[in-house]
Amino acid sequence: MIGLIGKKVGMTQIFSEEGKVIPVTVIKAGPCKVVQKKTKAKDGYDAIQLGFGEVKESRASKPCIGHFKKIGLKPMEILEEIRIEDLSKFKECDEIKVDIFSNSKFVNVQGITKGKGFMGVMKRWGFKGMPASHGTHRKHRHPGSIGQHTDPGRVFKGKKMGGKTGNEKITVKKLSVAGIDLEKNILLVKGSVPGSRGSALFIFSDLNVPVNLQTTQLQAENKPVSVEK
Amino acid sequence: MLDIRQTVEKPRMREKISEFRVGDTVKVSLKIKEIIKEERNKKKGSKEKVTEKEKIYPFQGIVIKRKGGGIRETFTVRKESHGIGVERIFPLHSPIISEIHVLKKGNVKRAKLYYLRDGKKR
Repeated sequence: MIGLIGKKVGMTQIFSEEGKVIPVTVIKAGPCKVVQKKTKAKDGYDAIQLGFGEVKESRASKPCIGHFKKIGLKPMEILEEIRIEDLSKFKECDEIKVDIFSNSKFVNVQGITKGKGFMGVMKRWGFKGMPASHGTHRKHRHPGSIGQHTDPGRVFKGKKMGGKTGNEKITVKKLSVAGIDLEKNILLVKGSVPGSRGSALFIFSDLNVPVNLQTTQLQAENKPVSVEK
Repeated sequence: MLDIRQTVEKPRMREKISEFRVGDTVKVSLKIKEIIKEERNKKKGSKEKVTEKEKIYPFQGIVIKRKGGGIRETFTVRKESHGIGVERIFPLHSPIISEIHVLKKGNVKRAKLYYLRDGKKR
């Protein structure tokens, strides 16, 4: 897996060669820097930690400043880890740019969705509510019955009810790459991505994976590894 | 952040746009790719010959609406064809539009000429 941290800029549209309109999300992706290398010996797993964005030194916490000072960088806004098989490819302070996606057709985007607050059952799950008239009394937007009787005598788990909605981490998979600007570090992705404008995104691709990823996945699940050609 | 979005939009926008307003009579030239399929040698298994031809198709009428801004801007052209009103909405920056030719300047006091849809009272 290889990935980048970015920020959502907003949506717009572009034209395909045949004149079709493609809705795209503009993402300012990278450049990211390798802040830390995590090794199996020390941390229990192999990963690189990426940093993105800028933070004023006066605004950063002291542990944060110290973390970056170790490798001689200024504090960064967002940190994200990527598990990587072959750590020897990367050094600390290495820069990773959008060009990692220049060969990939699709990317996955992870972000935090817009918070909607407490939502009722009609808006959240599309329930029909109660009738507007015929004697309905102050229960126009209610869910109605939520269960049976003494048997089972409880409400089943996962019953759709009102509650806090949004503000959760969502991964949108297989968004096609509509364009890349290597100079300006811009990635265009077809369709929408979670979050508001300016919110942090983690963009990653499964397709640029080194060949032996399949074996690592099996190892992670403690399954016997068999190499086939 | 908005500036970044403009760096995406600007190079994709049409540079030369002949100025036209709502009420003008325009001729929009559209590039249309025509795919012609010909079957040859019907005896010896049909071999299809596919040729692509670019044709220019004009659409002439009155601009009744301009909507949106930037790369999203569209305009609507209305014409009357055999007594039936036909409207087409074009994205202003669409690559299939080769030319927008203003035939006649209009003089209207509305931004949207929806009243043309009501037709002539007979």
